[in-house]
Amino acid sequence: MEFRETTLADGLEIVAECNDRAYATGLAFFVNTGARDESDELSGVSHFLEHMVFKGTSRRSADDVNRELDEIGSHSNAFTSEERTVYYATVLPEYQDRAVDLLSDIMRPSLREDDFSTEKQVIIEEIYKYDDSPPFGAHEKCMAAYFGPHPLGRNILGTIESVSSLTPKGMQTYFEHRYSPSNMTLVAAGRVDFDRLVEEVNRWCGQWQDFATERNVAPVESHTGFELVTKDKAVQQYVVQIARGPHSTDPARYAARLLATVLADDSGSRFYWDLVETGRAEYAAMGTHEFQGAGIFMTYLCCEPQLAADNLQRIHVLLAKAQSKGVTAAELLQAQNKICAQIVLASERSSHRLFSVGGAWTQQREYRTVKEGVDAYRAVTLNDLHAILEEYPLTDNTTVAVGPLEQFADYA
Amino acid sequence: MNLLDSSSWSTMSQIVHTHRFENGLVLLAEPMDWLESAAFTISLPAGCSRDPAEKLGLGNFVCEMAQRGAGGRSSREFVDTLENLGVDRASGVSNIHASYAGAMPAANLDDALAIHADLLRRAELPAGQFDEALQVCLQEVRAAEDDPAQKVMQQLRLQHVGEPWGRSSQGTELTLAEIEMDDIRRQYDLTYRPGDTILSVAGNIDWPRVQVIVEHLLGDWEPLDAKPVTEDVTRKRYLHLPHDSSQTHVAVAYDSVPYGHREYYQARGAVGVLSDGMSSRLFTEIRERRGLCYTVYATMHSTRDRGAVLCYAGTSTDRAQQTLDVMLAELQRLAQGIEPGELDRLKARVKSSLIMQQESSRGRSASIAADWYYLERVQTLEELSRIIDELTCDTINEHLAQNAPREFTVVTLGEQELEVPIGVS
Repeated sequence: MEFRETTLADGLEIVAECNDRAYATGLAFFVNTGARDESDELSGVSHFLEHMVFKGTSRRSADDVNRELDEIGSHSNAFTSEERTVYYATVLPEYQDRAVDLLSDIMRPSLREDDFSTEKQVIIEEIYKYDDSPPFGAHEKCMAAYFGPHPLGRNILGTIESVSSLTPKGMQTYFEHRYSPSNMTLVAAGRVDFDRLVEEVNRWCGQWQDFATERNVAPVESHTGFELVTKDKAVQQYVVQIARGPHSTDPARYAARLLATVLADDSGSRFYWDLVETGRAEYAAMGTHEFQGAGIFMTYLCCEPQLAADNLQRIHVLLAKAQSKGVTAAELLQAQNKICAQIVLASERSSHRLFSVGGAWTQQREYRTVKEGVDAYRAVTLNDLHAILEEYPLTDNTTVAVGPLEQFADYA
Repeated sequence: MNLLDSSSWSTMSQIVHTHRFENGLVLLAEPMDWLESAAFTISLPAGCSRDPAEKLGLGNFVCEMAQRGAGGRSSREFVDTLENLGVDRASGVSNIHASYAGAMPAANLDDALAIHADLLRRAELPAGQFDEALQVCLQEVRAAEDDPAQKVMQQLRLQHVGEPWGRSSQGTELTLAEIEMDDIRRQYDLTYRPGDTILSVAGNIDWPRVQVIVEHLLGDWEPLDAKPVTEDVTRKRYLHLPHDSSQTHVAVAYDSVPYGHREYYQARGAVGVLSDGMSSRLFTEIRERRGLCYTVYATMHSTRDRGAVLCYAGTSTDRAQQTLDVMLAELQRLAQGIEPGELDRLKARVKSSLIMQQESSRGRSASIAADWYYLERVQTLEELSRIIDELTCDTINEHLAQNAPREFTVVTLGEQELEVPIGVS
């Protein structure tokens, strides 16, 4: 296992974890852009652009792109988040060159007008799909309520209205301000021929024009509060709760993840024993999310509507108790055992390792071996968890509930 | 293109060990010494097809109760012990099986198997937790109501595949209310038995050692004959479920051949042309060319003696009719045959998937267990590659000519009923 990195003359970084024992080669472009980099008029453009990237280039039609991705047997896709857009393909090692050619080429899409109109319909269907599915917009509403006007509160998909009014020209301008080679990283993991990789990436991407990109990294002013959205057609009640947590380069993030696991993992946690195992909730779990300059603890609850207020009260009591009494060494050890085993299991697949290596490099500018990742969790102490509970009071949160309830009993 | 010529292929050496115990339990093992992990899958013939009709959801309920303590461990001790061993667990009930699976650091496999042997043979089934487990099952039923894509496919399976192989394992609020503690105990006693049970392990394991351990844990597990289930397939060709939603969910099924049938890979190849990858026909015609939906797919459904193809698309109400029409047209066009380029792409995808499975002990343990259920043997990856290599457009087209997609069952869920063309359904 060897870590290699280099930067091309145009600013594009290439990083790779080369593992001769792997069966597959994972490749991805991490683009440092997402919903937080949009304006009101361009809401949803990062995600829409992610779709349009597959719609052809000066060298390939949309059909060519899809056909060639299948010809090399790739497992490929893309996703957009608040602050990054990732395009990835996992292939057999013998297809490394073709995958690099394809992925590199689609990073310079044509954005043709007729494709734009057709794909707009697909995006609108995607918005409808999520509109019909749990948690019925609770996630986006809670992000917006917690972050307020800060760009991290933006909706990734956009709305029917914002997507409908997007134009090819607006998207092209956004592209020209965000897809600079120095704002992108080519990440590889698994069986990688690194020298060949650099040669081929340089061949296809070495002449890209570099330009400066900016991101609004103003500090977050977090908000607390409660919002109820009545959705008659839902059967269950869905609640999302956000509290402040460590940001993406804060070393406390390991302790924060362990704390979330102790308190509210989907199995074997305090939430699990009180809410899920008892059948009071379909699920009740908390995770951490880290962004540039901000971090959050996010809780999801789904239950029968008439139990929702009681369940939220129970969550409040569990969190308050953790804050006043702390957690135990046995709980910490169990969380460490669980997370460390998951890291080792996930690391066996090149397609998973790709995201760990890429995530660490683009968010923290560091490379961690699997062992270093495990050691970072093993090194966390009970005092570290208690410091988190003190620094980030989980009971100070923003809550959004969506479901059939028209009124919500005061729970806190 | 020949799969066996792949340079990736030459690095693989695969052995699958099998052993059938006297009580009927089958043990399968695939050593993968390049991994640090090990994984197991237990498939018990305790699927929901064995639920009494008036107590649908019983198998699922038993699965929930069986994990609430075993071998003298409380529910909490059971979960905590497994989590401290780093076992990433999964359990579920299909029409055929109740399954328990786990993946973990290889050194902890013995302990994880011992705990699961307790689950299989000495589950506590604590009566004091009956109400709580019932609530868990009810939460699942209610949550499924909020998932229209899941709901429409559940209904499609029931309409097309029929009872009991097409039913949902969750049951309903009414049938769950009929279940009592005695039913749980009786069903556990009847169905958690070694006959037709498959235990597969894969990963960094030592076969002789695994064999000894499983013999010790489950070798004297007492068998009990199972009663055959009663089948009832009364199809309604078109069913519309009114639902207040932005999208209409369109589901279509037609008959095919089951896994293990001599023409299975021809049928699977045809479905691959329809649905595997971004250049597949349904994705291209419904999503890429017309922008009608975000999600569209077709998948094979198989019992031991019957197969079906199930298709899905979710689209907005005013475009649902067009979506159904295009989908049915594509299904009918399939009978005219597939192109060489389509087959080449399919083979490339299958080859990738087969080789990449070598990076996953979890994937292999599940895969060899499924093979055993349908074939009573495990196909090696090499054998499978040979089969895939031998697929040609001619063999697939011949199969399609004899088994053209027809006699469709259609289920829609949404605001408006659709028109299903006469002669199609």
